[in-house]
Amino acid sequence: MASNPRIANPVRSAFAPGERDDTVVVSIGPSHPATHGTIQIFAEMDGERILRADVHCGYLHRGFEKECESHTWHNCIPYMDRLNYCSPLINDFAYCDAVERMMGIEITRRAVVLRTLLSEYSRLTDHITCIAASLMELGAMTAFLYMVMIRDYMYEHIAALTGARVTHSYGRIGGLAHDLPPGWLARLEEILVQSDEFVGRVHGLVDRNRIFIDRMRDVGVLSQADALSYGYTGPMLRSTGLAIDVRKDTPYLAYPELDFEVPVGIKGDNYDRYYVRMREMDESVHMIRQCVDLLEDGPINVDDRRCTFPEKPLVYGEIESLINHFKLVMEGPRVPAGEIYVAHEGANGELGFYLVSTGEGVPYKVHCRAPSFVHMGGAHIMLEGYQLADLVPTFGSINMIGGECDR
Amino acid sequence: MGAEVFDRIETRLADGEGEGQVLAPAGVSHGILVLDLAPGAVAGAARALKEEFAFDVFLDVTAVDWPGQDPRFEVVWHFYSTAHKVRVRLKARVAEASPAVPSLTPLYGSAGFMERECHDMYGIVFEGNADLRPILLYEGFVGHPLRKDYPKEREQPLVPYREGFEERG
Amino acid sequence: MTMDRRVIPIEPAGATARSAAFEYISTRKDELVGWARKFSIFPYPFVTACCAMEFMAVSSTPYDTDRFGAALPRFSPRQSDLLMVVGTVTHKQAPILLKVYEQMCEPKWVMAFGVCATSGGFYQNYAAVPGIDRIVPVDIYIPGCPPRPETVIDGIMKLQEKIAREKHPILTKDF
Repeated sequence: MASNPRIANPVRSAFAPGERDDTVVVSIGPSHPATHGTIQIFAEMDGERILRADVHCGYLHRGFEKECESHTWHNCIPYMDRLNYCSPLINDFAYCDAVERMMGIEITRRAVVLRTLLSEYSRLTDHITCIAASLMELGAMTAFLYMVMIRDYMYEHIAALTGARVTHSYGRIGGLAHDLPPGWLARLEEILVQSDEFVGRVHGLVDRNRIFIDRMRDVGVLSQADALSYGYTGPMLRSTGLAIDVRKDTPYLAYPELDFEVPVGIKGDNYDRYYVRMREMDESVHMIRQCVDLLEDGPINVDDRRCTFPEKPLVYGEIESLINHFKLVMEGPRVPAGEIYVAHEGANGELGFYLVSTGEGVPYKVHCRAPSFVHMGGAHIMLEGYQLADLVPTFGSINMIGGECDR
Repeated sequence: MGAEVFDRIETRLADGEGEGQVLAPAGVSHGILVLDLAPGAVAGAARALKEEFAFDVFLDVTAVDWPGQDPRFEVVWHFYSTAHKVRVRLKARVAEASPAVPSLTPLYGSAGFMERECHDMYGIVFEGNADLRPILLYEGFVGHPLRKDYPKEREQPLVPYREGFEERG
Repeated sequence: MTMDRRVIPIEPAGATARSAAFEYISTRKDELVGWARKFSIFPYPFVTACCAMEFMAVSSTPYDTDRFGAALPRFSPRQSDLLMVVGTVTHKQAPILLKVYEQMCEPKWVMAFGVCATSGGFYQNYAAVPGIDRIVPVDIYIPGCPPRPETVIDGIMKLQEKIAREKHPILTKDF
């Protein structure tokens, strides 16, 4: 890689080219369309077959933890979006949930149901992105265009609510940024109907397609034992047959009240991962509709001066609210000293936040347990022994999101 | 059910064999059992958790830097049991002079990458992990950025900047 | 009332009629080359982070960069002419960015897509390069975190204007 002597080599491969003279070491990435951003895989190849794979991540390490240590608890929320940027609301709400539990705050009923609804909505966008990208890399451009079109409707719809299409920063400690605009729920139902239709079309295009099955069935197989040992959670673990889901096992938000099933696969190969994600999208749509029924009127933010900004008329009207607002902005909400680990079910698996507070308005440590990072640790199992061309669908089905992996 | 398995774990680890085990009374913090151990006892405790109590998923290892205190670093492990549906946190303190803890790579495959990250960020040495190459940082990066004494903006560019731009220190 | 009509010479003083024709032809040639280049951009999507979501959106319906001739991504730097740096470039990734840039042939342009590529965004720390113009020369900066697809299209159109304005002198000081 360092053909130009003034450009240093950022990584050291686990195996050197030329160790064996019957193999070739190929560096795939880190600027590569199939590695979804910035992953580098050194593949020792015997012809078309990958003998050993050395996966390198970290090319998108942006210093998220260090940044959070110099921002207030509120100001960290935009950094959370950019972790798993395909499902940003799940990250927002997981972090806000962790801070709220440390502060001993219980959010309002409306916020609970809305957070559940939006988490599932974000899960939809994440699975759509994963499926669209991996199908496109197999050559199914039509499926990509269908999925991205429906994802665009969702982005515009969420932008009508949060103000941003992709990185929303909508969660707040104590609730949400603001309430639903009028007509939002009606448009939601329209989008869900269209989403069902488009997902059905994609099923029709690829499910029984001979080429798709040949490329995905029995490729990238992950056994249950390996999956547990390498810390896999989420759709990857469920594709091996284990029905383990944080929403069912250690439920949070409104999930105990929702009726949904957890789809599992049979073999743990690429086809199962694709199908588990498609079924999870159906379940998410079902859950969103249930949340719409559960939604009641009420306040969005808990009425707690420790974290919720007072209403503007009060801020300009009375001195206590003015000082409250000032302190919340300048110093941040004071979170009692201690530590907490909270896990939500991200689109990729168990998304955990380990927070340490010393009682200040600025966190002492914000650590994100990122499912994608842990999955990269075991990715070599799914790549070794298969062909180079199989790396593309396998990697696509892992759904490595760079922001979450490297943080 | 969570509380019952926590009691069994406490009892088992309190009178385990070997070096000093649970240093402080175990507590339950927001639903998670927290055990403070001596660094040498971590491997034995993790093995007990995995083999006797079915903690089959190793979630995370990270560290917290307390620069004013001695020992300076607190290494934190999280485990999850799919059978009991509970999480456990193990903590161990190590000094700055010899920040070494046992590696969990013999028990869990996921330990490999996570220990590399902890080593990158804090400088914690995981004995038994043969591969502690930088994972989030790059070859040639000097220092451990998440330590409190590393200034946030000190960058170490690999590619020299073009004319007219200066590095931030 | 009479209006003074100022006569503006179309050629510098002392020039001959033949050099005026030459100027006219070379200007039209520049316009032709600029027109051909601006409507056949082959981007190399150097995708790193969240801006990739908006890059995917702007490449597909309903925003569609194909209308501008800039749809076909070429994943080899040898075959592309627009390096779209989409997302944060970290110090670890910087050597790769430089290598890809140097592998591209002239004419080439660089687009900084998003604030992270423009200035580092809100990652002002040890890890992220505070703007890719510290490493490669940038032709157009598109702000936004991530930029809306309309912003990206506006950026592409401005880049097209820049490409169209470029001069391609036949007679240079070396020749």
